[in-house]
This record gives sequence, C-alpha cells and structure tokens, in this order.
Amino acid sequence: MKFTLSWLKDHLATEKSVDELAAKLNAIGLEVESIEDPGKRLGAFTIAKIVEAKKHPNADKLQVVQVEIAKGAPLMEVVCGAPNARAGMVAVFAALGTYIPGSKITLEKKPVRGVVSNGMMCSAAELELSEESDGILDLPAEWASKVGERYIDAAGLNDPVIEVKLTPNRPDCTGVRGIARDLAAAGMGTLKPEPKLGAVEGKSDCPIAIELQFTPDTANACPVFAGRVVSGVKNGPSPAWLQNRLTAIGQRPINALVDVTNYISIDRGRPLHVYDANKLKGTVRARLGNKIEKFIGLDAKEHTVDQTMCVIADDSGPLGFGGIMGGESTGSTDATTNVFIESAYFDPVRTATTGRKAGLQTDARYRFERGVDPASVRPGLDLATDMILKFCGGTPSKANVAGKEPITPRVIAFDFARVAKLSGISIADEETRTILEALGCTVDGKPNAAKVTVPTWRPDMHGAADLVEEVVRIAGLERIPSTPLPRMHGVTTAVLTEKQRRARRTRRLLAARGLTEAVTWSFITKDQATHFGGGAAALDLANPISSELSSMRPGLLPGLLTSVTRNRNRGANDVALFELGQSYRGEKPQDQYISAAGVRAGTAKLIGSGRHWDGKADNAGVFDVKADVFAALAALGIDPSKAQITREAPAWYHPGRSGTLRLGPKVILAYFGDVHPATLKKLDVEAPVAAFEIFLDALPPEKKKSRARAPFAVSDLLAVKRDFAFIVAKDVAAGDVIKAALGADKALIQSVNVFDVFEGGSLAAEGKKSLAIEVTLQPAAETLTDAAIEAIVHKIVTDVKKATGGEIRG
Amino acid sequence: MSNDLTILEAELLGEIAGASDLAQIEAVRVASLGKKGRVSELMSKLGSLPNEEKKAFGQAVNILKAKVTDALDARKAVLETVALDERLKTERADVTLPVRLGPQAEGRIHPVSQVLDEVIEIFADMGFAVAEGPDIETDEMNFDKLNIPAEHPARQDHDTFYFNPRDDGSRLLLRTHTSPVQIRTMVASKPPIRIIAPGRVYRCDSDQTHTPMFHQVEGLVIDETTNMGHLKWVLEEFCKAFFEVDEVKMRFRASHFPFTEPSMEVDIGAEAIGKPGQWLEILGCGMVHPNVLRNCGLDPQKYQGFAFGVGLDRLTMLKYGIPDLRAFFAGDLKWLRHYGFNMLDVPTMGGGLSS
Repeated sequence: MKFTLSWLKDHLATEKSVDELAAKLNAIGLEVESIEDPGKRLGAFTIAKIVEAKKHPNADKLQVVQVEIAKGAPLMEVVCGAPNARAGMVAVFAALGTYIPGSKITLEKKPVRGVVSNGMMCSAAELELSEESDGILDLPAEWASKVGERYIDAAGLNDPVIEVKLTPNRPDCTGVRGIARDLAAAGMGTLKPEPKLGAVEGKSDCPIAIELQFTPDTANACPVFAGRVVSGVKNGPSPAWLQNRLTAIGQRPINALVDVTNYISIDRGRPLHVYDANKLKGTVRARLGNKIEKFIGLDAKEHTVDQTMCVIADDSGPLGFGGIMGGESTGSTDATTNVFIESAYFDPVRTATTGRKAGLQTDARYRFERGVDPASVRPGLDLATDMILKFCGGTPSKANVAGKEPITPRVIAFDFARVAKLSGISIADEETRTILEALGCTVDGKPNAAKVTVPTWRPDMHGAADLVEEVVRIAGLERIPSTPLPRMHGVTTAVLTEKQRRARRTRRLLAARGLTEAVTWSFITKDQATHFGGGAAALDLANPISSELSSMRPGLLPGLLTSVTRNRNRGANDVALFELGQSYRGEKPQDQYISAAGVRAGTAKLIGSGRHWDGKADNAGVFDVKADVFAALAALGIDPSKAQITREAPAWYHPGRSGTLRLGPKVILAYFGDVHPATLKKLDVEAPVAAFEIFLDALPPEKKKSRARAPFAVSDLLAVKRDFAFIVAKDVAAGDVIKAALGADKALIQSVNVFDVFEGGSLAAEGKKSLAIEVTLQPAAETLTDAAIEAIVHKIVTDVKKATGGEIRG
Repeated sequence: MSNDLTILEAELLGEIAGASDLAQIEAVRVASLGKKGRVSELMSKLGSLPNEEKKAFGQAVNILKAKVTDALDARKAVLETVALDERLKTERADVTLPVRLGPQAEGRIHPVSQVLDEVIEIFADMGFAVAEGPDIETDEMNFDKLNIPAEHPARQDHDTFYFNPRDDGSRLLLRTHTSPVQIRTMVASKPPIRIIAPGRVYRCDSDQTHTPMFHQVEGLVIDETTNMGHLKWVLEEFCKAFFEVDEVKMRFRASHFPFTEPSMEVDIGAEAIGKPGQWLEILGCGMVHPNVLRNCGLDPQKYQGFAFGVGLDRLTMLKYGIPDLRAFFAGDLKWLRHYGFNMLDVPTMGGGLSS
C-alpha cells in the first residue's frame, strides 16, 4: 500500500514530519517498507531561464547558453546538447556537484569541446520523471518568476511516498483514509471530515439491469452489486493533480473514468469498475463461471473461467473476474460517452482463490481478499459519480442496487480490565474508551461491562482480545512494563529428558572422535530414499522444490554420503562427518525416529587422516566405525559388550564387512560396516567409506540408580595371565571364542582379549585362521595353585573346542 | 706377606683404573673378587697360616677386599656415565617433526546445534522445558487449531510443502513452523506450562536468504497471570543472555499473527552484534489467541499466556556473523570446520555460553 504525504494530509490534519509519522506507523502495526523522499533525490535542481543561446564554436550539435539561475545573479555559461534549448526558455538547472539520478553521474567542472560548462540543463529522463530524453524540460513561460526556486517545489513534486506492508487483517488500511484514522487515534493529528458530495442521484432509472445469479449456498460470492450509468460524459485525461497522485505511487494514469476508480480504491480502499455502457449487452450479472468460458482481461490476456470463480457477465458471456479484473471488450476509452459504474462486494475467500488460480494479483484483489468495508458499496458509487460528473460532465441515472450489503453488526462484551490483565499496562478507562472510539467503535455501558460495536470496516475484530490489541497498539507497546517471570525454583532444575540429554552427549562424543557434524536436508531424491529402504509414496512431497529434495529420508546416510561426494568434488577426500536428527519410516508421528549416523571416507580414521610420517595412511573401515558405535554407547551408559553382534546388516552395507548390534531379536541398537560398493557407486562416491547408524530411540532407558557409586572392591592378589592360540575355521566368530573362554569359569576369568588374528600362510589354504587370546584370571580369596591354573586352562581349551571346533595350536 | 698384599693392591687398583669399559671392569671384578679371584684365593690361604698370623692377615685381606670393591664401584659408576653419554649421543629425535592433535581437535559441532544448546541453557534457567513434535503434520495441527482457517491468507503465505492426498482426501504436510508443538503441549498437559520447542520447519521457498528447510524455536507460557509484561521481560533477558551483552536495545512493533492477539514483532538494536545504528527483526510473538486456547480445551477466561517464534538459523547468523544460510545445509567440511564448534565448547550459564 503506497501513498504520498500530501494524500495522507487530505484526511489527516497534522504537523508531524514524515519520519515521525513513519515511526508511529511502524509502532502501531502498519510496517513502513520504504519512504521515498523526492526532496532528497531532486532537491538540488532549480528553475533557471536561458537568456541567450548560441551555437557551440567547435560542435555542430551543441549550444552554449547563458543561464539566469537566480534573480539578478550573473549569468552562467552552460553547454547544452538539447535541440529544444532556446533563448527565453524556462528550464531545470543542475549546478556543478549535483548527482544526476537518471544518468547516475555527479557533475564535474570540465570543458566540453573546449568550452567550460558551469552546470547542466536537464531532461525529464535525467530527473527520472519520464523516459523523455530528446530535449530538456520546457517549463511554462510564466515560471520565469520562479527562477532560483527548487524545481520539485514549483512542480509540486515534493511529496514523500510512503509504502506500508499491510498484514492480512487490515483491509481498512488499504485506503489512505484508514491509515489516517489509525494515525489520528495514535495522536498524530486529527481525522478530517469526509468531503460533501454534490447531487449524484439522477432522476431516471438506471438503464442497465443488474442481476445476482447464484444459488443460496453460493450467494455470498457477491451479495450486493450496485451500479449507475452516467450518460453524456466526455472522457479524456484526468486532472493533473489526480494524475500526479497516481504517478507518484507508481500507477499509470489511463483516462479520467478509470483514474477515478483507481483513486477511490487507494483513497478509500473501495475498488470500483467502470464499463463503457454502450458495449454492454443486456443484463449485467454477477454469477459463477462455466467451464468452457473465457474472456480477454484488461491485461490483454486470455483468462479461463471455472465453476468456482465469480465473474461479471453480460448476455455475451463473462466480461471479467468479480473483484479482480475487468475485461478488455467493455472497458472505457477516450471515446466512451456513457459509463456504467460498478460498486459491489465480493467474498474474500473466493476472490483470493480465484486470483490465485488465475495468477492475478491486482489492486482490487488486494482489497477484496482482505475484506472490503461492505458498507462502502453505495458511498463508493456516489463518490465515483460525483468525481466523474466533475471531471467529465454528463447526467447520472438513479443507482441500481441488486442484493444487500452483508453487514452483521458485531457487539463485543468488554471488560476494560482485560487490557491490564493481558498487557500489563495500567491504562485509564477513559483512555481505553477514547482509543476505541477513535478507531470507529461505539462504546456503550460501564467499563467493567461495556458493549463495543465494531465498525463495518474492521472484519478482524471479533472478541475482547482483539479490542485489547487495538488499545495496546494505539496506546503504545513501549508502555508495557517489563515484568520478571516468577522463578519456578530457587536454583534451576534440569529440564532435558533422557533422550534429549543422550542426543547432546552423543553429538559431543562423536565430535570428540574427530567427526564433524553436518545438518543435511530432511528430503532427498526418491531414488536414494528407495535405495536406503524408504521411498514410500506416502512420503513423497506433492510439491517438492526440486526432484533432489522430494522424498522424506528413511535415514541419515544418503545425505551424509552425498556430502562426502560434494566434499570430494571440492578436493576434501578424507571426510569424517556425522549427523544427529530425525528420519521417517512412515508418515505418522511415531514413525519419525532419531538416529546418529556417521561416515568415515578415505583415510579419515580416529588418529587423523591423510599421510603422516608416524603411521600408515590406511583407509577407515568396519572396525573404525564399530569403535565409534561402541564408544558412543559406552558414553551413554550402555555396556556394548552386553549386546549381541550379528554378522549382517541392511543392503547398503558390505555383506561381509558389516554388523548389527542388537538387544535380542527385535531391538536394533546400531548398524556399522563398510558401505556396499554398489551403494557408493550409486551415490557417485569414489572412495571407500565406512558408516554407522545408532538408533537413539531404541536404546534402553537408563536404570534409576543411586547417585552414590558402588563400593570400590579390588583384590590384593595378583592376576594371572595365560595366552592361548586356537586354530579355527575362517568363519568362526572371534566373539564366540571369547564367549566360550569367558564361560569356562565366570567367577575367576576377568577378561579375554584377542591379541592376534592370523589368516595367512598355510592356514589360508586350509580355510582356517589362528586366533590368539589372553585370558586374565583374578583370584578373589587365595593365590591360585599351579594345579588350579592347569585345570582352568584345560577347561578353556575344551570349552572353546566344543563351542567353535578350535584346536589349541601346538 | 704384607708386602705381597701391597703389591697385589697396587696391581688391582691399577687394573681397575685402566679398565676402559664396563666389560673390562667386570673382568677385573671376576679376576679379583670372583670365587677364584686373586683376593678370594688369599682368603683360602688363611687356613694354612699359623694361628698368631691369622688375625692380622685376615684383617689385611678384608681391607684389601673393601678397597678393591670401592674402587670397582667407583670406576663402574664412571664408566656407566660414559656409556650412557655415548648412548644418548646416538639417540636424537627430530622434535620439529609435526604431531597430530588427535580427534578432539578435528571434530566439530554444527553452529545450529551449538546455538540450540545455548538457547536451551538460557530458557532452562527461566524454567522452560524442551518440547518436541513431528515434522510431518496435519492441516489441523499446523493451521486449523492455530486459528488459521482453510482460506486464511496466512496459509498461502506459508508456502507449505504437502504430501500427496490420502485415500480419504486429507493430505499431510511438512510443518511450516514449530507452533503445532504449542497445540500438542497444551492438549497433553495442564497449565502452568513453560516450554520451548526447537526443530526443523519447512517452506517451499528457496533463494539467497531462504532455504526450504530451516530451524525455529517456539516458546510458550500458559498460566493464569502471565501477560505481555512478562513476555517483554523474557525476551529482553533472553537477548541479553544470548548475545552476551549487558544491554540490548529492543523495539516492539504491533503486528498480526492469527494465533496470537495482541501480536508483536520484535527488533533488536544491532549494537548487540557490533553494528550500531540498525534495527534487526528477530522474532514474532504475542498473547496466545483465545481461539487457540479454546481449541486445546483451555478456558480463555481462566488461562492466558504468551508464545513466540524465533529463527534459530537467523540467531546463529547474527551472533556468529555467518553470512549465508544455504551453507548451513551443504555439509561442506571446510565451512563446518570454520564455523563449527569444538566439542569442549559446552555452553553453560556459569561458564559462559560461548568461550
């Protein structure tokens, strides 16, 4: 919504500056988007008179003119290229040092073909007033008396343009008068009375019949349509002041009839439409569209109509969209002699929907979709008639009104104390009443049980809270007293849930292991989603921003692997990334789950990545990510050795170099392993990658335990260590050997550690491998005798053999 | 006899002094004090001496033995030092070789996670719990219950991502704001309520300053007395704590949101981030709309309170001077290393939010 300061002053008597008004507009909820002050841009240009014009001595197309730039001042010599420059001409002068907006230069003193020019005579284009650049501005001869004055003052252009960004609840402020009303209420001046109109109601009936053609359930599309014909008008350009107003806010003057409707739309927030009455065929109807109908709009484009759209039609078919845009065929032109003025009310919802479908954003739609004041139908028609009669003459008919304004009086029961209760401002009852009345409300009854009648132009006011908002914003938000929120506890208590704490801890643990946290999109390509076990149709976006971001991710790895590729393309080859966040197994809330996933690409191992003199630059692999998983679980208070590891994982992992960590058959805590080469190929990752996924939602809750630690109990007796080397089949799991060894004497065997795995040499040919373990025996009561140790060693050997077929190495 | 001892002593001490390495010293020791060494052999002669000589001879031999032992030890110590010095001369590390700082110096926390931790710290101190809700929502939770009816213009402004319609014609969407968590919280628990609800939100919008996914933090306080004054205080305290400055200039402007009434937009003076003279729009807020309370089964005559919503990514960009929102989600290691946080930078109220 754009308007000029002088336009605002038509309705608001005020002495306030533009900056003061803008600050108040911002404060009361009419956000100022821009203020364009021509005084700042064009203030340096003055009126001057060319006293003498001679041909430039060295250039055919240039003249050297002597200019009077102030009364009685010595003449200035200026070089001018304009063909229309002549002696006696009154024109616009720019002194040296002036910035010329149209050509984006600052004038400097320099000779033009040998003659020094002391300034410039300006064209309309140079002042950005129009595109006219063929000659300099040729001002009226009588302006010679204004020589030396600022051009913008003389031309009436010194009128700041203010643009406010309206929230959707304020249709009243789509008119300058509504903005003036708000400012007046907020103490920025006085709202002027509405101007008196001349006699607008004619003697004859309106020659054009109007019909509302709806069923009862669609009647709200256009409940009222008023029209009047003014015959014998003389159309043409509208008065200069009106054209200037429209131009100033970026509108193009068309002709007097159209300019009147545009003016009232902006001045009052009341859109109207004018038809060339001679071009209308039969009855004018507001109705819903039919499927096959089309019309050419005022934008000269063809528009297709459907059954949900409200159109204005005559006997020939639809002419335009009601409340959005009229049609080309019946528009007014300079030749129009009989004009039919439309003033109607169109339903906000239908207008918005139609406008969206048709892809039309117009000034009329902007107003109707917010809810035009239904009481403005007749006054708007009369105001338009009055202006048309003044500008174009003619004879008005009687108004023809079909239907009835949809006005339901709204009375809100209001206890003034609500203002203080909700806002914290203590405000006098009288002030509350004054503010509400200034906004157009009628306030009856006592402050603690008032009845507030809402004005017809405020469809947004429904209940007491709305009235509080009005009072508070006009009284001033700065009056709200900052009030401490009472503390709930003396000392803050912990607020995070166990899951939230675990997520925090996991993030920092993984970062401590050298992984860097990424945040990747929740949506990925359908292809990737499918590859990673998702891609259900229910999780596809109907309106994705691109196919790259179209399907909800089933897990975090696709995003991380895609990041690996992107990093490699930028030259970062050894990448360790993790993400902790939500993924989607389905569309229901309980299908959303939290996991932490990580990738180690290339040599991004725990100790560091890349080549280093102190070690080999091996690629990260399954055991690096297994360590990540185990470290994370341990950090969350879960003993990973209590969980089972099964030697399988989903299809995106390497089938032989991956595993699943689980609690029983159903609960999966984590996957880890090398990423399947085919998956890497699919995601264009040209490096080996190891990955893990930890399912934080699946972790068992922490057991409630005392904060006191278990007593520190340690044996004074020395532990005994024994080494064993077993030859087992290649497929035997080390975990099974460890389990069997540990089981040989649960009380005495403290730990079993694998210290060597050998798969080469002759063993490989036999399909076998050697596993060397170190068993630690911790006696509790007495030192172990050699015989006792021998017995345990024997049991370990037989138990391992029994469980795995492993033979002790000779 | 004693003359013999004197000669032997001189001989042995001479050999000891002449030993040039530890092996020679050991050889001298064996040759003198060993079982069949020359000193030991003297002792074995003791038995053959007349009784009156035994005592004096024994004493003399013992004195000799002690002298030789001392001399051996002293020479051995000297030679050990020499040997160590020799060894150390060969053991030289090039201490200018670079070392690795280890994984804790490599990894980073994403700026948004870090800032979320900061925000949680501040609000936890004011008694706010952290609530969560799903990303995939219904029209009802994302719009209807928040007082945004089907054709409300605000619904169009939200640029909603929808899923394909289901068999019953309804369609799910990606939440456009964290406000549905307000509804879920009010439906699930009774006042007094103090929560913040951080999370991902989605809008079908992408350009220099917009990404189709970003982060918000919702705040909600519901009880019987909380008013706009409390809202103002909470936001002032939050801004001071978050930007870690003593004063933040704040400007409250009236605005409109369907789910709050009255509604405000809040600007802060950019002095807080070292850019004086500008205002920065940071959040929208207001008193929870009576219709929203009613939609959650709360009586607006009895209960009231405020809600606010703030962009977490925007807060992050403002506080840490990060220019481009799109880079947040690009997973670029160089960017993450540059703007990310060390795992030891755990924000706390006592230790400071940022280190």
